[in-house]
Amino acid sequence: MRALTYHGTHDVRVETVPDPEIINPRDAVIEVTATAICGSDLHLYDGVIPGMMPGDILGHEFMGRVVETGPASTLKKGQRVVVPFTISCGKCFHCMKQQYSACDNSNPVETQDLTEPLYGHALSGLFGYSHLTGGYPGGQAQYVRVPYSDVGPIVIPDGLEDEQVLFLSDILPTGWMAAENCDIEEGDTVAVWGCGPVGLFAVQSALIMGAHQVIAIDHYPHRLELARKFGAKVIDYRQTHVLEALMEMTGGFGPDAVIDAVGMESHGLTPDNVLDRAKQTVGIGADRGHALRQAILACRKGGRISMPGVYGGFLDKFPLGAFMEKGLQWRTGQTHVQKYSKDLLRRIGEGEVDTTFLISHRLSLEEAPEGYRNFHGNQNEWTKVVMTP
Amino acid sequence: MPPKNTPPHSAVRAVAVSVCVGLLAAGAASLWLSSGRNRQDRRADDAPGRTGRLPRYGDYAVVGKTVTINSPRHELYAFWREFKNLPRFMENVEAVEASGDTLVWTIRGPAGSSYTLRTRIISDRKNEQIAWRSIDGSDIDTEGKVMFRDAPGGRGTEVEAIIAYVPPGGAAGRAIARLFRREPAVQGRHELKRFKMLMETGEVATANNRKLA
Ligand SMILES: NC(=O)c1ccc[n+]([C@@H]2O[C@H](COP(=O)([O-])OP(=O)(O)OC[C@H]3O[C@@H](n4cnc5c(N)ncnc54)[C@H](O)[C@@H]3O)[C@@H](O)[C@H]2O)c1
Ligand SMILES: [Zn+2]
Ligand SMILES: [Zn+2]
Repeated sequence: MRALTYHGTHDVRVETVPDPEIINPRDAVIEVTATAICGSDLHLYDGVIPGMMPGDILGHEFMGRVVETGPASTLKKGQRVVVPFTISCGKCFHCMKQQYSACDNSNPVETQDLTEPLYGHALSGLFGYSHLTGGYPGGQAQYVRVPYSDVGPIVIPDGLEDEQVLFLSDILPTGWMAAENCDIEEGDTVAVWGCGPVGLFAVQSALIMGAHQVIAIDHYPHRLELARKFGAKVIDYRQTHVLEALMEMTGGFGPDAVIDAVGMESHGLTPDNVLDRAKQTVGIGADRGHALRQAILACRKGGRISMPGVYGGFLDKFPLGAFMEKGLQWRTGQTHVQKYSKDLLRRIGEGEVDTTFLISHRLSLEEAPEGYRNFHGNQNEWTKVVMTP
Repeated sequence: MPPKNTPPHSAVRAVAVSVCVGLLAAGAASLWLSSGRNRQDRRADDAPGRTGRLPRYGDYAVVGKTVTINSPRHELYAFWREFKNLPRFMENVEAVEASGDTLVWTIRGPAGSSYTLRTRIISDRKNEQIAWRSIDGSDIDTEGKVMFRDAPGGRGTEVEAIIAYVPPGGAAGRAIARLFRREPAVQGRHELKRFKMLMETGEVATANNRKLA
């Protein structure tokens, strides 16, 4: 089959690799009909997440048709399914609590050894996301082996197009969980850093959950425009003092909840970020936390921080004093995708959430390297790339 | 039975090395913690002895690991007590045959070789624990025990496995190395986690895309 493989920083190639097959009883193999590039893939592309090996197949946002099933799979050949990027067994303590991205069993034992010293615990398996999370071959490919196919994939009814449901795999539930983690109350202002796909879905979700207003922050005019389309007020941090503006736009309170939808590669030339960037470049596991630092300073006393943005290592100059003294609360994590699949599928079907507005480019899988180059380098126009094998 | 598929170890090791190198900067600072203390300094606390900084009992090294498995105690005990099941989660064990109190373990050695270890069951308490010891005169001096306890809050069963062995040195050392192939602590941890996977999910997780030839 053809698949997009990783070969080093900013070096991804479409290559011919062996087709996957059924290995375990609960497996299914699906033929991919649509797959997307995620902001998380850019962290791999930039080489700031450790544990990638040359030849690894990337991609964790994908859907397709079931072509093979193991004896314990409940799927049927021909069914259309969207596959959550979190690989979860559905049976362990964490899965029973719907903490799917904390699954104990999906990361093979050998690769669990990689994150135990790094994070204190082994992470769950994720598709196409480094050997820290199992080294599972990803979905930017013609075929994917899907473990635990009896509990993960969600079957899509006829009448919904691929593009409408594809983002159930990651960014829609991620934006939704980010808003849920804000515990939104009447009258609340939610501020969202980053108007990439995750931020845009967080904007939409927070408004559905009843936020009084959502303020979105970025520096790309087109991305800000998309956020505004969904009813957000926007701040362009290149031309506005973010902290001051947020205070003024919230009657002097500051936002009740803040969402960091930027993650470990914050843009900007502020002194903290320049220093972070230097450290990240020499590869000592430093994250670039400028957006997060700003969000913590902005958040009102007793407010909530929701952090869907991905971080991998260490952060210094963390405003711990502000966090403690203001009595903030903080929730984060890789999304528990399976927890939200059904509810969000219904909302898509009922037309409550718009899932296609952010797709800017449609490519073939063969053009994936170009997709990476542009989603990385021309973020203003390239807001989301969907590919078909 | 599910095949035991594991990624090529060299690949995993390469990643482990790169991850560790990345961590060096952060880890160096804590090295002093593990130096400069010896066993005499250790005051009694409630932690298992093997978690001490110098876990040695006479000539024996002791490794162990606890996992919680979301299954009832009697099921786990019964699966383990059926010793021919053990190779399903013990990577290096090709077969275990029981006759009376004696267990004969066929263990994979390097380059297609295999090796036999004989142990005797020294304790067997239904749904609670099973312990075994190498038969006198074996090349390898080792003892093992697995314990099953109800976990709190309906979380299933806490399973604790402990292995004591005389660490490498001389002929016994070579045999041990052959027996465990990797460091016993790592091996034991992997086996217990695979046991958990098998009991909770019915299979052993693998990222492999194809069956191993
Ligand atoms: N938690 C999860 O499960 C999960 C799932 C998917 C993605 N993510 C993470 O969410 C983050 C965003 O993903 P995405 O796909 O939207 O990525 P993206 O790269 O498309 O978007 C990031 C946006 O942040 C903006 N930005 C950068 N620095 C900023 C700053 N200082 N202030 C305000 N805006 C700033 C960029 O201009 C860009 O528009 C990434 O870290 C990604 O890894 C997490
Ligand atoms: Zn993603
Ligand atoms: Zn699980």
